[in-house]
Amino acid sequence: MCDSIIQVEVIIPTQTKYLDLIGSIGEHIAKKLDEFSGDREALAYHLNLVLTEATVNAIKHANHNNPKDTVKIAIYIQENELNIKVHDHGQGFDLESVPLPDLDHPKEGGMGLFLIRTLMDSVTYTRHGDCNILEIIKYLH
Amino acid sequence: MIFDLEKIKGYSVLFIREERIDAHNSNDLKETILHLIEQGESHIIIQLEQVRFIDSSGLGALLSGYKNAAAKSGKLVITNMQRQVLSMFELTRLNRVFEIYVDLTEVFDDET
Repeated sequence: MCDSIIQVEVIIPTQTKYLDLIGSIGEHIAKKLDEFSGDREALAYHLNLVLTEATVNAIKHANHNNPKDTVKIAIYIQENELNIKVHDHGQGFDLESVPLPDLDHPKEGGMGLFLIRTLMDSVTYTRHGDCNILEIIKYLH
Repeated sequence: MIFDLEKIKGYSVLFIREERIDAHNSNDLKETILHLIEQGESHIIIQLEQVRFIDSSGLGALLSGYKNAAAKSGKLVITNMQRQVLSMFELTRLNRVFEIYVDLTEVFDDET
């Protein structure tokens, strides 16, 4: 296996007490990226945030009828591409129909996906068999 | 949500003793602020010195507090933000909504 590949997979129960764990994995990974020449502290925060928001989103859309439901988070880095996939087992939703927040008239909710889209380069949400995958890509320069 | 509450120069100062405000504890924060406002506290300072991470739900909890205080002709201000936490306010433009101060002294000096 090539040295430049990092692959992490974590499966958690659908509970918010695990957000800290998921976020801190992102933060640690950012600090290990030897090739990254940008603001490492900012990247660490952004990965922490994006993983936290994406996991909250998956928990929110999880199958709440099943107390044993889980969320799987997979982080994959190869060369200059960081890829995050968050799997949930809920009904899913239409990513394109999620409105942009009105920043001139801020509301309490609806900022999570906006933050992910703003900080990352590509976001998709697709159905695969019995689960949905939120796929997030960030190009590291 | 772990915090300390002190009354200083007419303000209720909420010192947040957590490194993270996220969807796990943001509702606690929202309820704590709401409770203060319901008790008649109209001048509230949220001191974030120890907070190194905030997510969208944390921002939402603070916004809720801000709106509730304003609805009762009070005010809610924020102090001692770490750089990355402040950057979240800038990204969501909430820095244009909140009064943000470097520290408590700056809030009190502003009053005089």
